[in-house]
Amino acid sequence: MTRPAQFKFRLYVAGDAQNSALALANLTAFSRAHLKDRHEIEIVDVFREPKRALADGIFMTPTLIKLAPVPVRRIVGTLSQTQPMLQALGLEVRPQ
Amino acid sequence: MKRIRPPSGKGPAKAQTGIIGLDEMSGGGLPHGRTTLLSGGPGSGKTLLSLQFLVHGASARKEPGIFVALEETSERIIDNAESFGWNLPLLRRQKALFFLDAQPTPDLIQSGNFDLHGMLAALDVQSKQMKARRIVFDALDIVLALLPDHVTRRREIYRLHEWLLSRGLTGIITAKTDADNISSNSHQPFGFMQFMVDCAVILNHCVLQGVSHRSLRVQKYRGSSFDENESPILIGVNGLEVATAPAPIPSRGKLRTSRVSSGIKRLDTMLGGGYHRGASVLITGLPGTAKTTLSGAFAEAACRRGERTLFVSFDSDANEVVRDLASVGIELSRYVKNGLLRMASARTITGSTETYLARIKTYANEQAARCVVIDPMSTWSTSGHDLSAHSVAERLTDWSKSQGINLLCTSLLDEMAMQSQSASSLQISTLADTWIHLNYLVQAGERNRGLSIIKSRGTAHSNQVRELILSDAGVTLADTYTAGGEVLMGTLRWEKESLEQTAKQDAAVAARLHRVRLDAEEAELQVRVKSLQTELVAKQVEKALLISTAKMQAGKRLRGRTRIKELRGSDSPIAGGSKPS
Repeated sequence: MTRPAQFKFRLYVAGDAQNSALALANLTAFSRAHLKDRHEIEIVDVFREPKRALADGIFMTPTLIKLAPVPVRRIVGTLSQTQPMLQALGLEVRPQ
Repeated sequence: MKRIRPPSGKGPAKAQTGIIGLDEMSGGGLPHGRTTLLSGGPGSGKTLLSLQFLVHGASARKEPGIFVALEETSERIIDNAESFGWNLPLLRRQKALFFLDAQPTPDLIQSGNFDLHGMLAALDVQSKQMKARRIVFDALDIVLALLPDHVTRRREIYRLHEWLLSRGLTGIITAKTDADNISSNSHQPFGFMQFMVDCAVILNHCVLQGVSHRSLRVQKYRGSSFDENESPILIGVNGLEVATAPAPIPSRGKLRTSRVSSGIKRLDTMLGGGYHRGASVLITGLPGTAKTTLSGAFAEAACRRGERTLFVSFDSDANEVVRDLASVGIELSRYVKNGLLRMASARTITGSTETYLARIKTYANEQAARCVVIDPMSTWSTSGHDLSAHSVAERLTDWSKSQGINLLCTSLLDEMAMQSQSASSLQISTLADTWIHLNYLVQAGERNRGLSIIKSRGTAHSNQVRELILSDAGVTLADTYTAGGEVLMGTLRWEKESLEQTAKQDAAVAARLHRVRLDAEEAELQVRVKSLQTELVAKQVEKALLISTAKMQAGKRLRGRTRIKELRGSDSPIAGGSKPS
């Protein structure tokens, strides 16, 4: 199960809004559990960098973008459900 | 709210929409700085209306706008709106209009709850940058559908509403609904939204008897009076238009006392000089009673006066009308060529009666017409239901009055309508100022066209039924002959006419004969006068001769006497007897 692929995430949050805080916590926990030592997370606050949000087409917060490995994927929401996360990231199709 | 120019001075400030009819209905536009909910079924014109609102703000009111496209992509929206001549690419370059593509991508994965903070933050920047005053969220339901439950949906709607209010933006939120169950359970968030917003407009699209009808209704408008009725809308060449019902006692235009010719001299005489300027004229009659010919004559007369004219034909092709009218001496082709006359065949217009009305108005405006002919108007009642056709006829009449346009409509009467003596199915006869009825009169085995003026407001008019005669030389009314209380027509009239003609001829011959005779007598008398005069002169000469001879003889006698005296040597002559000479 060792994969060389390095995961690059960008998480768009809306300041310290509840949904955004939840998403960040969920993402951190998820990465620690499934992608230990092979991920990096960039956090973009849409209030601080709204132009970036506009350019990237981020309209719903929180939004997670998986930049690497390809394909690029977008996940909207608090990331509270693990199973859809795993599927979306192509990590696990079948639970063991 | 201080920067707003209120149109009326009282009540909430309004943001003009630039949509014909809607501004009138809402007393100036949508509530400025507030949110309007625009709901309607598929294809009811939500996107179009909201885009037109932005375009008007951007191009005419100096209020830049943002269009948040949540369903369709902005390219498609721009493409679709291209035909309306709004020049969206230019407005975009001028930064007066901004399109934000915020469609959820189909491969979007959702995991848990989310909110609209991201969009609002982005819009904040954008609206500050371009000083936006107007904003549209097209198809908000798309995003809301992604939210898991009613509570979160409500929360997001509330968030959006708060944001709009705090930024002082005039907003339109569009949302899809099924026809009219807007406040039912399945659309609870929109029901909630309707209570929240300051103005709610419902668009409706339905099919009545196979004809599509679009309509608009202002459901609520806080702090302002508004027209509460459902009004038909249509998509014209310049965008959406709302056909508002005629306002009570609109300014009926300037009253005119001048007359315009009907195109038939003798009809003008019957009408006491012609139709009133700006009047609406109705010509009713059975098929083939020369309604089109009468309207053609009117159009020709208008063109001859140099007035721009629109001729809308509903049952035949424009070229056919021109050709057919030429056969009775009404030459329209040259006026069509020089642009004075516009022939429009309405068979090419498909759609509801509202569409007809809008097209006629557009054509008339394009043509700057002073005279409009509609032939026949009665086809309207077949497309769509009678009620809307009547309302359209009413509005057309009203509109033409207010524009000072002479409107001439023809209306086909069928046998049934004749029997019940109800004038026309559209009941426009009460609206028309002048009503001319054409009829067939059957007499002595012939069918002849009879013309009578049923009413003509404000003009003295003949009460006689006259015969209408069509020939290749033109249209005219025949002299009337009454016999035994009946107007004679056709052959009977001709017989009477020729009888009178012969009598006239006979009288003329007799008069001439008499004159010749008198001339001869006069000449004879003159000759006699001359010979008598000659005789007179002769007598005078004779008389003068006689006198002079007598004088001479007398002198001779005197001289003779003197001589005798001398010879006799008598005494001096008797005193006073003779002067010394």
